[in-house]
Amino acid sequence: MSSAQFEIQLIASLVAVACAIPGTFLVLRKMAMISDAISHSILPGIVVGFLITHDLNSPLLILLAALTGIITVVLVEYIQKTGLVKEDTAIGLVFPALFSIGVIMIAKNANDVHLDVDAVLLGELAFAPFDRLIIGGIDVGPKSLWIVGVILLITITLLFTFFKELKISTFDKGLAASLGFSPAIMHYGLMSVSSVTTVGAFDAVGAILVVALMIAPAAAAYLLTKDLKKMLGIAICFGIFSAIFGYWVAHWLDASIAGSITTVLGIVFLIVYLFAPTKGIIAVLYREKQQRTEVSLLTFLLHLKNHDEESERHVKHLNEHINWQKVRSKTVLDLAKKNNMILIENNIVSLTQKGDEFTSKAIDYIITNEDTQIEDMKDDFFLFRG
Amino acid sequence: MKKIAVKVDDLTVAYNYKPVLWDIDLEIPEGVLMAIVGPNGAGKSTLIKAILGILKPIAGSVAIYDKPYEKQRQLVAYVPQKGSVDWDFPTTALDVVKMGTYGSLGWVKRPSQKEKKAALEALEKVGMLPFKNRQISQLSGGQQQRVFLARALVQNASIYFMDEPFQGVDATTEIAIINILKELRKAGKTVIVVHHDLQTVPEYFDWVTFLNVKKIATGPVKDIFNDDNLTKTYGINYKVSIQE
Repeated sequence: MSSAQFEIQLIASLVAVACAIPGTFLVLRKMAMISDAISHSILPGIVVGFLITHDLNSPLLILLAALTGIITVVLVEYIQKTGLVKEDTAIGLVFPALFSIGVIMIAKNANDVHLDVDAVLLGELAFAPFDRLIIGGIDVGPKSLWIVGVILLITITLLFTFFKELKISTFDKGLAASLGFSPAIMHYGLMSVSSVTTVGAFDAVGAILVVALMIAPAAAAYLLTKDLKKMLGIAICFGIFSAIFGYWVAHWLDASIAGSITTVLGIVFLIVYLFAPTKGIIAVLYREKQQRTEVSLLTFLLHLKNHDEESERHVKHLNEHINWQKVRSKTVLDLAKKNNMILIENNIVSLTQKGDEFTSKAIDYIITNEDTQIEDMKDDFFLFRG
Repeated sequence: MKKIAVKVDDLTVAYNYKPVLWDIDLEIPEGVLMAIVGPNGAGKSTLIKAILGILKPIAGSVAIYDKPYEKQRQLVAYVPQKGSVDWDFPTTALDVVKMGTYGSLGWVKRPSQKEKKAALEALEKVGMLPFKNRQISQLSGGQQQRVFLARALVQNASIYFMDEPFQGVDATTEIAIINILKELRKAGKTVIVVHHDLQTVPEYFDWVTFLNVKKIATGPVKDIFNDDNLTKTYGINYKVSIQE
């Protein structure tokens, strides 16, 4: 692995971490689309910044562009507040307008601006190692590495300092406000960090990948944990993994790095979406099936409890009485037998004491939803897990 | 004469310049358990939010024990409507209760063992200790409301504002909650509850405020909870039988 290769992966990984942190909060605040808006509408800011500084890596350019990001958020909120259009419509109106202004500005100043729209959309990570930062005649590494590094450092510092405030204002705005943690400050703080991160990552990975890096790792992590800190950690890991693995995919396929990283992000999300232990699609389907079986079991037990007459409890006639198909009756019968809830004598089914107690307890619980004794049953039966 | 815990003067609140509360004057004496009643859209939640500085009024002022709310945050606990938060948020019951301690911590400082202990005690008080590590989406509606109540209790405030704490909870939880509120009153705290169920007002509360954009009446339940005020508030001929 050459040093240029290493530097590219390092930059991509730092960008991934810097994106995953604000991205986690954007996902939790249901504001994923705003990152898409910011990533596009900072373009005019970048162009203006470039015309002034003639340096794509100048801090002034980053601040100017980030400011355009904030303006986007303010505009979206302003339009939405008039009550005439909904938030998603407002986003759809604002960012194309700002983005197109940027596109026109690039075209009009083509001689001065060495920016092309392709690079803006997809980034030029492969070229990042060529633009070096030279301090006192010494090469200290690629400029974008330093920029992303500084942004990441700021983001992490802010995260550690204001973690509690971010959490409470994301979860419960009203409580945060009443306790004196201004939700507006946290909101615009998060928007500023998202904007600065977007600009910093923009040069390296482009507008489309920035969005993917912010949203996909956080969305996948959301399906895997019930703890905010872990969600942040998992999102960061997914980001780094996709950055590095994506780089090698691009290397093997001789394809765009940004495109490959985005693809890996998509695949990571898809895998989690399918296989996440409790929130994944397969787990949900399995749970539903289990729940259906358990409801059937309970219906069956209740039928036995309510009917003393043998004609109602004959093995052969069960499906007629409860109106089920044979297969389902068999499954339920086996399940009940396995759990020692029923007894079959001369083809007549009756409840065991355990089955009888279980039925009363379960019905009580389902009707009142209020019985602490049910807690241990939750380990065995999905039905009671709510 | 009792001290005045909350004093509202000429409060007017508007959404997009459409007033939802008109010129409210209200004095809530210390140590009452008060219901705020009124029809949908009467501005009950808005009144609480304006008192707590969550909404900015276009006119008027609020005083908590004679000082502006911003100076008295420590004295006040707030239980928002259960539906106002996302219960799928990745956090546990214990963690939500800990949020109640954030106010006394102030900016930046993190909760320590002391805050955790206080949160556990509050969970115990509402009977939710066995569920402390449960993700909040896996709690029933009643359990979620208890967690919210615990979060307010942990603030150890003097005044409690609650926005429809009985909404969507089972009967057992409702009784558990009202018992805790009555205990708070016994301890000299002031409790203000936005309430929907008129039937239970005389049984649960000793003070009541009728609200419908304007204040209709406020005072002891036994003096003012009558058909006349109910009719004025709800606009139709209202009859409730109050058990003597």
